[in-house]
Amino acid sequence: MSETPVTITVDGQPVQVPAGSTVLDACTAAGVDTPTICYAPNLTPVNVCRVCVVELEGSRTLVPSCSRRAEAGMAVQTDSERVRHSRKMVLEFLGSAVELDQAPQLDPWMARYGADPGRYGPAPATMDEPLRVQDDLYIRDYDRCVLCYKCVEACGDDAQHTFAIAVAGRGFGARIRTEFDTALPESACVYCGNCVAVCPTNALQFKTEFDLRQAANWRPEEHSVTRTVCSYCGVGCNLELHVQDERIVKVTSPSDHEVTNGHLCIKGRFGWAYVHGGADSDQT
Amino acid sequence: MTDIHLGPDRATEAEAAAIDAVVGASLGPAVLTPSERLVVGGTTRRNERRHLLLPALHALQHTAGWISPGGLNHICDTLQVPPAEAYGVATFYDLFRVDDPGHDRDVLHVCVDPACRIAGAADVIAAARAEGRPVQESPCLGQCERPVACFVQGRGRPDHTPADGDPPLVPQAGDPTLRLLRRVGVVDPTSLEAYIGSGGYRALTRAFTLGTEGVIAELEASKLMGRGGAAFPTGTKWRAVANAPGSPKHIVVNADESEPGTFKDRILLENDPFALIEAVTIAGFATGAARGWIYLRGEYPLVAERLTGALAQARAAGFLGERIARSSFNFDIELRRGAGAYICGEETALFNSLEGFRGEPRQKPPFPVTNGLFDRPTVINNPETLANVLGILLDGAATYAAIGTEGSTGTKLFCLSGRVARPGLYEVPFGATLGDLVDLAGGVTGSGRLRAVLLGGAAGSFVGPEGLSVPLTFEGARAAGVSLGSGVVMVFDDSVDMADVVHRIADFFRHESCGQCVPCRVGTTRQHELLAAPDGPPAGLLEEIDRAMKDASICGLGHTAATAVRSALALGLIGGQP
Ligand SMILES: Cc1cc2nc3c(=O)[nH]c(=O)nc-3n(C[C@H](O)[C@H](O)[C@H](O)COP(=O)(O)O)c2cc1C
Ligand code: SF4
Ligand code: SF4
Ligand code: FES
Ligand code: FES
Repeated sequence: MSETPVTITVDGQPVQVPAGSTVLDACTAAGVDTPTICYAPNLTPVNVCRVCVVELEGSRTLVPSCSRRAEAGMAVQTDSERVRHSRKMVLEFLGSAVELDQAPQLDPWMARYGADPGRYGPAPATMDEPLRVQDDLYIRDYDRCVLCYKCVEACGDDAQHTFAIAVAGRGFGARIRTEFDTALPESACVYCGNCVAVCPTNALQFKTEFDLRQAANWRPEEHSVTRTVCSYCGVGCNLELHVQDERIVKVTSPSDHEVTNGHLCIKGRFGWAYVHGGADSDQT
Repeated sequence: MTDIHLGPDRATEAEAAAIDAVVGASLGPAVLTPSERLVVGGTTRRNERRHLLLPALHALQHTAGWISPGGLNHICDTLQVPPAEAYGVATFYDLFRVDDPGHDRDVLHVCVDPACRIAGAADVIAAARAEGRPVQESPCLGQCERPVACFVQGRGRPDHTPADGDPPLVPQAGDPTLRLLRRVGVVDPTSLEAYIGSGGYRALTRAFTLGTEGVIAELEASKLMGRGGAAFPTGTKWRAVANAPGSPKHIVVNADESEPGTFKDRILLENDPFALIEAVTIAGFATGAARGWIYLRGEYPLVAERLTGALAQARAAGFLGERIARSSFNFDIELRRGAGAYICGEETALFNSLEGFRGEPRQKPPFPVTNGLFDRPTVINNPETLANVLGILLDGAATYAAIGTEGSTGTKLFCLSGRVARPGLYEVPFGATLGDLVDLAGGVTGSGRLRAVLLGGAAGSFVGPEGLSVPLTFEGARAAGVSLGSGVVMVFDDSVDMADVVHRIADFFRHESCGQCVPCRVGTTRQHELLAAPDGPPAGLLEEIDRAMKDASICGLGHTAATAVRSALALGLIGGQP
């Protein structure tokens, strides 16, 4: 890879980015907010949601900014009529098929592009999945799944190398599955919770959060977040403890942390029950 | 690699034996060597035996009648593929099922796509069900010239189609001016001797004389364009692969033929299999490739049988393997079967399928010429494209380029089906009009009054009677705003329920979308739903869906999924609100 920085034009403005950057990086450097759903800085881009598309001069179709490498001389438009239309339709399509009420980060984009998920008739097909509560650590609510592949990547090549889940089926029938939909405790899942951490729509939720939501007592705006280093082994993973009512309700790790890239193991992710002592202290 | 976690189910002895016969036995000359590591992403791609997943799933389905949990565990254990991933692959294909069928009988697949639909597919299905036969409705089976098309998926017995014994429907058979179809119905397709006796392997000799550069220069001068649908110049593609760094290089034949209305590759390969093998060998020589792969659609059992026999004969006679025809060139070809997924005809989806992954298209760039099969430089061509190469080398590029028109050289195969008097495969020089072809096929039947022609397949568009004057050339089609696609000419008279036909095409795309990208996964579904709207489909909203699928989808399936529907609305074949 060449070391020379690359200059591309974003909405008419030249922007310089390091070699190897994506068009998305260039848009961000130019101060342009780009919606993304399937992209995460700590995962290989799968470019499937298509909400980040931009108009690239000379290209017949729009291109996904999250995976397309910036090349010298490229000129992209991020707010043309074509771009706005495709982004609107992607958001509308997802809104019409998937329960998105726990994905508030999409709301400003829905508003910006004028997405109206209600215009596809009285009964458009939806994910239509049962809630899967199979253990005490996390739940799976695939009615909320946008099929962004993030959990599959986190479980597989990009972090955990466990491959407990994959995309199964085809077309609108595609779903995240273990083999034969085996219950998680019988599957290869090692409960690292890395899938939960990357899920953008709360389709995967820590059981603590799920229970508090069921009790109408989930109050993220009141959470305090404390950063600490995991004490289980000597690797030095950074933990972010999310605390509500003086109890840890969720553990994450910063995605830019050089040791974890945001990914943890079962001990760091779920092994905090001992902090509270009591009967559930041996739940892992 | 991390240990594979397997559930408690174990394969039966029969299942294990069938799987082992495919993945355990000698892997054949064209199979990857252990040193060829598939480094694309991470761990999974490093498993050099993963490409045997699809053949192993075929063996299990054939023996057990389904992808049983025990059988899948056996495959995963042998190939070291995580079961969730193997399950994800198995559920991608129509020919595999993951629930116990509860019987041990053959399954009758009946085509429900337009040519068979208007010929009474529903009655055939009802009759078979009344007899208690297991029936599966299928998208186009590539036998549109002989509706209602059926395919029998054997349980422990070989697959077959009931029409396998019938003579090919090539009304021009024996005509000495034919180029691509000249051996069809004339030369025994099961005999290498007969092939050589009819001029076979002379083109390979000529290629050795011309040398690699000479072959590619001839191809470029011939202006041959790909016949798989995208009309890409073949010489340019071969040169790019010849020049690309990286090895080994691959030649892949895209014989997945699943575009509704298309059956040309089936007839060509059933009746002239050696010609394909010779052409692939020439491609390998010209580009410096080490291996050829034929990816054949799963529902073509007779082609599989003929190609298997032809490959064995060619190998035995020294036309494949080491030092081919006493040259210094080594090359071999492996045959692989698809398993029922239209999207696997998209070139990058085909690579993923062959490698043992879900048949999901890859984002381009990079392109196959540099990053193709196993991430190596790859030529991928349609069988009809390759068939043209032989004539180009034998007659010279100038003679070839004099056939057809300036922008579309050579001859073209057209698949005539639907309401015509003589459905079948036709070969004409580029330049014939749509009307000429319909006349060649004996004119419109049914009411005798033409309502519309589906040109280019489900990914093509409907044209009305006024379109009969369109010259069927790449440039003529482009000027008329249509596409030749894979050479489909499906004819409908005015007694056909066109709304039903259009609805079915929308259903086809909904069913065949790989589901990877949002515009196509949801867009094809919404398009299909909206066509059933009580006041007629809302044309404005359909146009909005079309624009998003065209602009933002990953691959050609999404790009073209609304073309036929919108052409039908424009022609008034179906009513619609504005
Ligand atoms: C959805 C889809 C299905 C396709 N199916 C086929 C097919 O069955 N056979 C084929 O040759 N090309 C098919 N193509 C085109 C291939 O991607 C590719 O362009 C072609 O195989 C290249 O060969 P050619 O240059 O000889 O035409 C398909 C493309 C798309 C988008
Ligand atoms: S469960 Fe969440 S992370 Fe996984 S594909 Fe669905 S939305 Fe994405
Ligand atoms: S356009 Fe359709 S078929 Fe192609 S990648 Fe996207 S979802 Fe799959
Ligand atoms: S964020 Fe780029 S395609 Fe999803
Ligand atoms: S085989 Fe039925 S439409 Fe092609």
